Amino acid sequence: MEQFLQQLTNGLAVGSIYALIALGYTMVYGVLKLINFAHSELVTLGAYLGLTLLTSLALADRLGPLLGVLLLAVMVMGLIAVVGAMLDRVAYRPLRQSPRLSAVVSALGASIFLQNTIMLIYGARYLNYPHDILPKMTIHMVGIDVPLVRILILCVSILMMGGLFFFIQKTKVGTAIRAAAIDQGAAKLVGIDVNLVVLLVFLVGPALGGAAGLMLGLYYGQINFAMGWSYGLKAFTAAILGGIGNIPGAMLGGLLLGVVEAMGATYISFAWKDAIAFLVLILILIVRPTGLLGERVAEKV
Amino acid sequence: MIQYKTIALIITTGILAVLPQFLNPYWVDVLNNIGIYAILGLSLNIIVGHTGLFNLGHASFFAVGAYTAAILNTQYEIPVLWLIPVCGLSAGLFALIVARPIIHLRGDYLCIVTIGVNEIVRIALINNVFGLTGGSNGIFGIDRPNVFGMTLRTPMEFYYLILAFGAVTIFLFRQLEYSRFGRALNYLREDETAAQGSGINTAHYKLAAFVVGAVWAGMVGNIYAAKMTIISPESFTFWESVIIFVIVILGGSGSIPGVILGAVLVVGLPELFRDLANARMLVFGAAMVGMMIFRTQGLLPQRPRKYTLPQGRRNGEGGE
Repeated sequence: MEQFLQQLTNGLAVGSIYALIALGYTMVYGVLKLINFAHSELVTLGAYLGLTLLTSLALADRLGPLLGVLLLAVMVMGLIAVVGAMLDRVAYRPLRQSPRLSAVVSALGASIFLQNTIMLIYGARYLNYPHDILPKMTIHMVGIDVPLVRILILCVSILMMGGLFFFIQKTKVGTAIRAAAIDQGAAKLVGIDVNLVVLLVFLVGPALGGAAGLMLGLYYGQINFAMGWSYGLKAFTAAILGGIGNIPGAMLGGLLLGVVEAMGATYISFAWKDAIAFLVLILILIVRPTGLLGERVAEKV
Repeated sequence: MIQYKTIALIITTGILAVLPQFLNPYWVDVLNNIGIYAILGLSLNIIVGHTGLFNLGHASFFAVGAYTAAILNTQYEIPVLWLIPVCGLSAGLFALIVARPIIHLRGDYLCIVTIGVNEIVRIALINNVFGLTGGSNGIFGIDRPNVFGMTLRTPMEFYYLILAFGAVTIFLFRQLEYSRFGRALNYLREDETAAQGSGINTAHYKLAAFVVGAVWAGMVGNIYAAKMTIISPESFTFWESVIIFVIVILGGSGSIPGVILGAVLVVGLPELFRDLANARMLVFGAAMVGMMIFRTQGLLPQRPRKYTLPQGRRNGEGGE
C-alpha cells in the first residue's frame, strides 16, 4: 500500500509536468492545427536556462529557496515565451497557408535545429542541478513520507493549470482564443486579431513548457540536450489522449499518463515503461477515436 | 515528348550504371544509403504522399523486415536474398494487424499512434522479445547475399543490387500510380467524403496503402540487413521514421522523382556538411525549415494528371 501511494504521488507529479507540456501542444494545435514538434526542445531549453540562471545569479542563496525558485521560474517562463514567439515568427508563420504536412516538416526541422543549438552551447554531457536548492525534507501525509519537491510541483502545476483555465474560460482574451480555435475566418469577421491570438498562444504555451523544463530539472536533478524528446513525446501522447485542442483534456491526459506510467513501471515492468504508455494510448483511441474529452467531429480537410 | 523522356531515361540509367566506377568506396556507400532511403521514401510515399495518411512510424515496418531477415538467416541459415518475399510478407502482416484497428483515426491521432507503434517496436527489440532479437546489441553475423554464385561484399557490388531493386520499385510504383488503385488513393487524399460517395471503400483502401508501403519497407529491411550484416534497435528509432517522412515531404509528396531527389538531399547533404562537424545537424535543421518555406509543396511536387481526349474529339466536336 505504501508503495502504491508513493507511486501514485510520483505519477501525479510527473503527470502534472506532462500536463503542462501537453498544454503547449494542445493550445497551438487548437488554433493552428499544427503539431509543434519543436515544443519539446523549448522544454529542454527551459531546463538549461533554469540551470544557467540558478548558478550564475545564485538566486536561491540570496532570496531563500522558495522565493528564489519562484523568481527563477518567472524568468525562465518569460525567456522561453520570447523564444516560442520567435519560433513561430521564423518557422511557422510563413507556412500558414501551405499544406499541413509541410508545416510539420518545418516543425521537425526547427526541433533538430534547437536541439543541436542546445548541444553546441551546453555540450552533450548530462548536467546536474545543484542538490541543495530546495530543502530535502519530506512531509508526512496519508501514511507515507512525500518529498517536498513532489508536492510543490503538483501544487504549482495545478495552480498554473487553474490560472490558464480561468484565463481561457472567463476572460475576454481567452474567449478570443477559443473563438479563433473554433473558426479562424469567423473570428476575423467579428473583429478578433487572429495574428495576435496566435502570438499569445505561442507565448503562453512555451512559457508553461519552460516551467515544466525547470520542474524536470528540479525533480530529476539531471538534464541532457536530448531529454525534451522523450518528455515531449509523452506530453504529446497526453494531449492526444485527452483529445487534442482541448485544454482540460490535456490536463486530464497528462495526469492519467503520469499515473499509468508510474504504476506500469512498478507493477508490470520497468523496461516496458514507455511501451505501456503507448499501449494505453492505442487502446483508448480504439474505443474513443478522438481521445477522452475530444469532440466527435467529422473531419473536413 | 515521349522520345525526349526516353532519351533522358536512357542517359540517367547510363550515368547511374557507370557512376560507381569513378567514385571511391566511401562515396559509393553514400550512394547506397541514398538508394536505400529513396526506396524507403517511395514506399512511404504510397501511404503519406498518395493516400494522405500521416505515418510517422515507417521505421517499424523497416525494422520488422530487417529483423525477419536477420533472425531467419542466422538461426536457419536461409540465404538472405531468398528471404526478401518473407520479409515483405512479415512486414505487411504486421502492418495489417497494427493498422486494422486504428485506420479510422483522424490525421493527427493516426500520427501519434504510428509514433507509438514505432516506439513499442523499438522497446520490444531492446527487451529481446521472444529471446530472438538480441536485445540492445541487436543481431550480428548476417550472411553476405549471394547473387548467381557471386557473394556481394564491396559497396560497389551492393550498389548494383540496390540500383536493380530501385529500378523495379520505380517501375512498379509508377504502374501503381496510374492504376485504378492509385487513382482511388489520390481521390481519398483529396476528399475522403466524396471518395466514399463514389463507392470507394475508404477503410479498405487506406489499409491496402498501409500494407503495400509496409511490404516494400520490409523488403528494403532485408537488403539493409544484408548490407550491414549487423542490425540493432537504434537503427529503427523515431528519428529514422522522421528522416523517411522528411524525404517524402521535402522532395514532393506523391511524386517519384521528387522523393528520389528528397533522398539525395536528406542523405547526401549531411555528407557534404561533414566539415561542419557538430554544427552539421544544426545546419540541416535550419535547411529543412528554409526549404519548406521556399518550396511549400516540396521540390518536385506531383503534377496534376493530364488526360488527352481521343483524336477526333479535340475541337469541341465531342459532347460531354
